[in-house]
Amino acid sequence: MTDESKPLLSVDHLKVSYPIRSSILLRKIGENVAVSDVNFELRAGETVGLVGESGSGKSTIARTVIGLVPAAGGTIRFEGHDITRLSLREMKDMRRDMQMIFQDPYASLNPRLTVRDLIAEGWRVHRGIVPRERWTAEAKELMERVGLNPDYSDRYPHQFSGGQRQRIGIARTLALRPKIIICDEAVSALDVSVQAQVLNLLEDLQADLGLSYLFISHDLSVIEHICDRVLVLNKGVVVEEGTARQLFEDPRHPYTRALFSAIPVVRPWLEETS
Amino acid sequence: MTISRAAQPRTPIDRSGSPLLSVQDLQVEFSTSAGVVRALDGVSFDVRAGETVAILGESGSGKSVTAQAIMALLPQPAGSVVGGRILYDGRDLAAEPVRKVRDLCATEIAMIFQDPLSSLNPVYRVGWQIAELFRRRRGTPKKDAWAKSLQLLKRVGIPDAETRIRDYPHQFSGGQRQRIMIAMAIALEPKLLIGDEPTTALDVTVQQQVMNLLADLQAESGMGMILISHDLGVVAEVADRAAIMYAGRIIETGGIQQVYDHPEHPYTRGLLDSIPSNTSMGERLTPIVGSPPNLLALPSGCSFHPRCPFATEMCRTTVPELRQPEGWSAGHVAACHRSEEVLAHD
Amino acid sequence: MTVPPTIAVQTMQRARRARRGVTARITIPLVVIGLFIVGAIAVPMLYHFDPLSTDVLLRLKPPGTTLPDGSFAVFGTDQVGQDLFAQMMMGARVSLTVGVCSLLFAGVFGVLTGLLAGHFGGWVDNVLMRIADVQLAFPSILLAILLASVLGPSLWNVIVVISITNWVVFARVTRSQVLTLRSREYVEAARTLGASQWHIIFRTLLPGCLAPILVVATVEFGHVVLLEAALSFLGVGVPLGIPSLGTTINNGTAYLSTAWWISTLPGIALAALVLSTGILGDALRDRFDPKLRSA
Repeated sequence: MTDESKPLLSVDHLKVSYPIRSSILLRKIGENVAVSDVNFELRAGETVGLVGESGSGKSTIARTVIGLVPAAGGTIRFEGHDITRLSLREMKDMRRDMQMIFQDPYASLNPRLTVRDLIAEGWRVHRGIVPRERWTAEAKELMERVGLNPDYSDRYPHQFSGGQRQRIGIARTLALRPKIIICDEAVSALDVSVQAQVLNLLEDLQADLGLSYLFISHDLSVIEHICDRVLVLNKGVVVEEGTARQLFEDPRHPYTRALFSAIPVVRPWLEETS
Repeated sequence: MTISRAAQPRTPIDRSGSPLLSVQDLQVEFSTSAGVVRALDGVSFDVRAGETVAILGESGSGKSVTAQAIMALLPQPAGSVVGGRILYDGRDLAAEPVRKVRDLCATEIAMIFQDPLSSLNPVYRVGWQIAELFRRRRGTPKKDAWAKSLQLLKRVGIPDAETRIRDYPHQFSGGQRQRIMIAMAIALEPKLLIGDEPTTALDVTVQQQVMNLLADLQAESGMGMILISHDLGVVAEVADRAAIMYAGRIIETGGIQQVYDHPEHPYTRGLLDSIPSNTSMGERLTPIVGSPPNLLALPSGCSFHPRCPFATEMCRTTVPELRQPEGWSAGHVAACHRSEEVLAHD
Repeated sequence: MTVPPTIAVQTMQRARRARRGVTARITIPLVVIGLFIVGAIAVPMLYHFDPLSTDVLLRLKPPGTTLPDGSFAVFGTDQVGQDLFAQMMMGARVSLTVGVCSLLFAGVFGVLTGLLAGHFGGWVDNVLMRIADVQLAFPSILLAILLASVLGPSLWNVIVVISITNWVVFARVTRSQVLTLRSREYVEAARTLGASQWHIIFRTLLPGCLAPILVVATVEFGHVVLLEAALSFLGVGVPLGIPSLGTTINNGTAYLSTAWWISTLPGIALAALVLSTGILGDALRDRFDPKLRSA
């Protein structure tokens, strides 16, 4: 029984830092604070965007939420349970509900596995979701759902284009039937025409499956398009938060203004005349 | 809401006389284990002094290969120019030995790359790297070369240049490294600057600054500029003319305002339509169907026809040549049989 | 068209030749090594080679002599009357056996160490790599002599000694490849799936390390064969009674001016084998290199 008003994911006072260690004895001699005091909530079916430039901490937040990087402070709650400091075993169960799509379509797929094996890898790790006999059939179904030809399930990643590889990445995350998908610059490395295809796909999947997205990007025009709410990050701190329309039309914080005014406008001469 | 950008007064370009660089029917092939790939299939364009030409396209379109071919930087032995001419200063760079063309590099034709971290030598101080250009190419004595190096760093906007001149590349941010690369590129006052995705790896606020810097430098020196990019927006303020590339050919070219406002080729149209900033928020994007073609197995006729909403039988059989549609502005041409219909759909 | 057609054609030809060159450098050494293997298996059997028999009448015959019993001594005979060719091939058998076994032990141990050190990092990496450094600081021949004198001469001891002296290079190569791969997104992707450490190490990282391991293994094979021959030459390798290329060469040193073939021919054979493995290793590295960069 789901409580519609309770958030799926809630992050409070999150702090992430990287220790600086001395070289031989590896003693901690200082720390590099990447993220400090970040708060946000993600509800079912919603898309929350984290936008900022390099070094803003947006990717760090994504990696901490999914457990790749340990949090130095604060709490992360998923469906009410505190998942900030989990053992490896507990984290494995959590993984089924939260998955991630990576930025680089050329490096995020194991070059030695076929598409079918890549999609089925999740089922190999989490036995019991799909019986082994059904792996190939279900993998092909997922390929169709993301717009790939299921006949290509025996091919290797290098035989696909960047946009197709990203679709394979999406199919992989869907295999575990997650509730939240974190898109870490998922379309940033794609050509513009392909970007649009993948963004449409993500929106369709959200509508069909009721997914929630945590969308990280440096590209403001993409964020404006796909996100319901946006957090603007600068040097590890949230400087402004609001709906995409609010931030675009009425940015309050000077950093937000600077960021939004720097978006390259395709036809700037139109603004000059108006 | 937008803060007004620094308006660049565009100096009128002298169109009389011969162009600075004239690429004519350039053809480049790569020999790979999978076969011979035709990376450029007859590319032609001119660049005049003081003019900025933007070469735009997606991956596999051949835009970077064009720059590499001009500068004799094609990967050896796999890539080679198999046809066409690259005319510069009365010489055909395609027919000259690589060594001679490389001599022109940095002196008359300069190039800046996408990733400044891998283009700057990490073990030498930046001041030394710039000074080295003067010392090696012009025989300038050490003290003068360092003085010029300092001057250039100031010109490109590096703060505290006097102290930072002794720093190493890794001690600078991405945007600053790109400025240092630009400083190295303009050091010997080249007549032509080629930028291969110069701002792609930079943050969006820095992108604008670097583009403005390039525009200022061009206005000062009157050099010609070729900007290669996949981002139509980032070159819009700085470029005079645009050439859109697809599958190794230029499929549309003209004044940048004409091309963006009234695209004559369905691909250009599709690209402009699929950019998120052009659609209002919350609406579905209109992408181009399909994916860019495999250069080893190009479609027959017009290589864009499988993805084209305007395609007809003729598009499947005949390769269209660049032509000016009836009644439209001079100099704006597209390689499409159906340009008139594309324009009518505006 | 003003670009002279010959330049373009030349470039294409050069590219093709470069690719064919790599293939030649792979096939020819493989043929040589293949011949060695075939010879090592077949020749001693065909010649009914008995390492302990001697026939004083037949000693020191030059290559190409036809022996009284009708057989043709293609490489001559040695100082106790044994056919040199058969003895060489028997020695090759020993070399190849010792080579493969040592490589296997050193390889498995080294790769495992490298995987653990690279994947876990921290103090595990530190400890393992310092052990490797200590190992490398020991001069291998002296270590081999020490171990041989302590353990006594036997074929297995030789294999153990050679494995101990050679595992470090596998560990280092594997570790450096793991360090390169672990920050690749596909490894992180496996972690986000919830894969266990075992799964990540053996199913995700290890397959990516195979190419450089193969290259190293090929070159190390040559080193190992050479080391065994050196140890046998010095008398601390294989025990008496088992012929090795090294012992044969050693036996022939007394006769260099009279029966030069006893030392020289096994020496040439050894050189050919080691050279082949070296060239093969280089060519494999050239072949895999571009893929390594993109993988």
